Amino acid sequence: MAKRNRKPSLASEGDNFDISNQKMNPQRRITGNVLTILSMVFAAAIVAPLLWVLFSVFERGVDALVFPDIFTKLPPPPGLAEGGFGHAIVGTLMVLGVAISIAVPVGVLAAIYLAEFGRGTRLAYFVKFSANVLSGIPAIMCGLFAYSIVVRRFGSFSAFSGGVALAVLMLPYIIRATEEALLLVPNEMRLAARGIGATQFQTITQIVLPAALTSIVTGVVLATARAAGEAAPLLFTAFNNTYWSTSVWEPTATMPVLIYFFSIMPYQASQSLAWAASLVLLAMVMTFSILARLLTRKKKF
Amino acid sequence: MKPEDQSTEFQRKGLEKQTDTTRVLDVGFLGFTLLLAIGAGAVLFWIIAQTALEALPAIQQFGFGFLFEATWNPVTTTYGVLPQIYGTLMTSFIALLIAIPLGIGTAIFLTEDFAPKWVTTPIAFLIELIVSIPSVVLGLWGIFVLVPVVRPFFRFLNDILGWMPFFEGTARSNNLLIVGMVLSIMIVPIIISITRSTFEVLPSDLRTGSLALGATRWETILRVLIPAGLSGIISSIMLALGRAMGETMVAAMMVGNANRFNLSLIEPGSTITGLIASQFGEAGRTQVAALMYGALVLMILSLVVNILSELIIRRFQNIE
Repeated sequence: MAKRNRKPSLASEGDNFDISNQKMNPQRRITGNVLTILSMVFAAAIVAPLLWVLFSVFERGVDALVFPDIFTKLPPPPGLAEGGFGHAIVGTLMVLGVAISIAVPVGVLAAIYLAEFGRGTRLAYFVKFSANVLSGIPAIMCGLFAYSIVVRRFGSFSAFSGGVALAVLMLPYIIRATEEALLLVPNEMRLAARGIGATQFQTITQIVLPAALTSIVTGVVLATARAAGEAAPLLFTAFNNTYWSTSVWEPTATMPVLIYFFSIMPYQASQSLAWAASLVLLAMVMTFSILARLLTRKKKF
Repeated sequence: MKPEDQSTEFQRKGLEKQTDTTRVLDVGFLGFTLLLAIGAGAVLFWIIAQTALEALPAIQQFGFGFLFEATWNPVTTTYGVLPQIYGTLMTSFIALLIAIPLGIGTAIFLTEDFAPKWVTTPIAFLIELIVSIPSVVLGLWGIFVLVPVVRPFFRFLNDILGWMPFFEGTARSNNLLIVGMVLSIMIVPIIISITRSTFEVLPSDLRTGSLALGATRWETILRVLIPAGLSGIISSIMLALGRAMGETMVAAMMVGNANRFNLSLIEPGSTITGLIASQFGEAGRTQVAALMYGALVLMILSLVVNILSELIIRRFQNIE
């Protein structure tokens, strides 16, 4: 009886299937085989460019990474070799720091409302709908938005405005991940906490949130990894800087924007720095997203 | 005092004690999260309103003619986004043309037991990795690695199909076709992942029923599973379309940013996002307003696509 619940396999479910296949009208069989081969070719055709990209970035990036100063030095003047992008690594971390410190509290607390207080309400539906649509809008819009509400007001490009742009980008992902994590916490835990006299605030902050913490952190890491690679929102906010930025109120170089500017320069040295920066950025982003995926796989209640 | 009274008295006191500190905390917490939830929901509308506000001077000055004007000239302050709208729609269309068959074919390959789990799991994982490649890295790869490989292909298209307006002119490295090709790599994982989950939740009775009636695997897939999962597939395509329309860096790096209208796919073109990325930095006041107008057009296009796909997903979930 247990077998009935299994998803029926379209593959060779025993030998019967193959026998019927042989008796079949050859045209149907050939069509099927052609389509099978075609779907395999398609799958291979999608994996191929990925491996190609990874290979190219590794090959060309490693060559440029041999300068030992690449993580500590400023980029060279146009046309000259030697130099690094230490300022862009620091800048990226600054911008991400601002983005996380805005998006995480807002996103997590909003999701707490959705999962703990407002389940099934019209408001929760509206917020979720809006967050889903927000996650689909062009990333460049987040940059224009931050330009218009922060850069305009303070009169200067800044790491802070870049952080605001990336925070808008991350917000829907954090809300969704947190809400899903909270919904996975069994209701018995809430009832037990309330049963021994905990208030709602205590239940949520001391029981529900710690239980969901791994999944929430995973969501935050994935959102950060996504934001770390975005250049478009930073073009009009953090902009760029050829020197070390010391404050979040100054224009700040970031890795994606640096790659963009260096890739369109006609100099060999700039281009090889762009490849090296790509390798570092890609390694960073992929490590984050692979780690996050490994974390979620283990989480079960 | 009776013991009963004593206990209720005790209870009442306990509750009162709670009222003082914790009740305030509870209500305050609820109110605070409510406020942030409303705020998070409102961000979308704030973005739309803010863009519209910034675009207002340009809307007043150029009106709807902006959509049909083909020149972008800061010197004469003539602004129009017809070439950019064409480029945005055309690159997205090319991307979908490549990504839809590849994506659906791969999703079928991954879900319908064509290969053992140890083959499909790593493939699915690798495909998910594409999502985490920063678009600026894909653009860099496109410029320096892909372009030299496909340039002969552009010349070939020009030789064979040069009589069509889409392939006329001189083949260049930066054009709408190459942007469409790179965009297709970026959007294929979206189509695959949503189509996959659609197939996975389809009731197994559909498969058994169809097989029992004597249909082959592929007849089952093409005539039963795909029609049954159509709304999921369509919404995945819509989401992918939205992503393709809004992608900026690949367009900014590879589209060529031509400022005149050109039907050809193998000559430099322009997209709305590419225009904004390349011109915003040096833009003066009117030009910023015009760029914001362009952004508003893009926003409206992507909102329509996004909301449609969102509604299709909701409808689909209700059936389940």
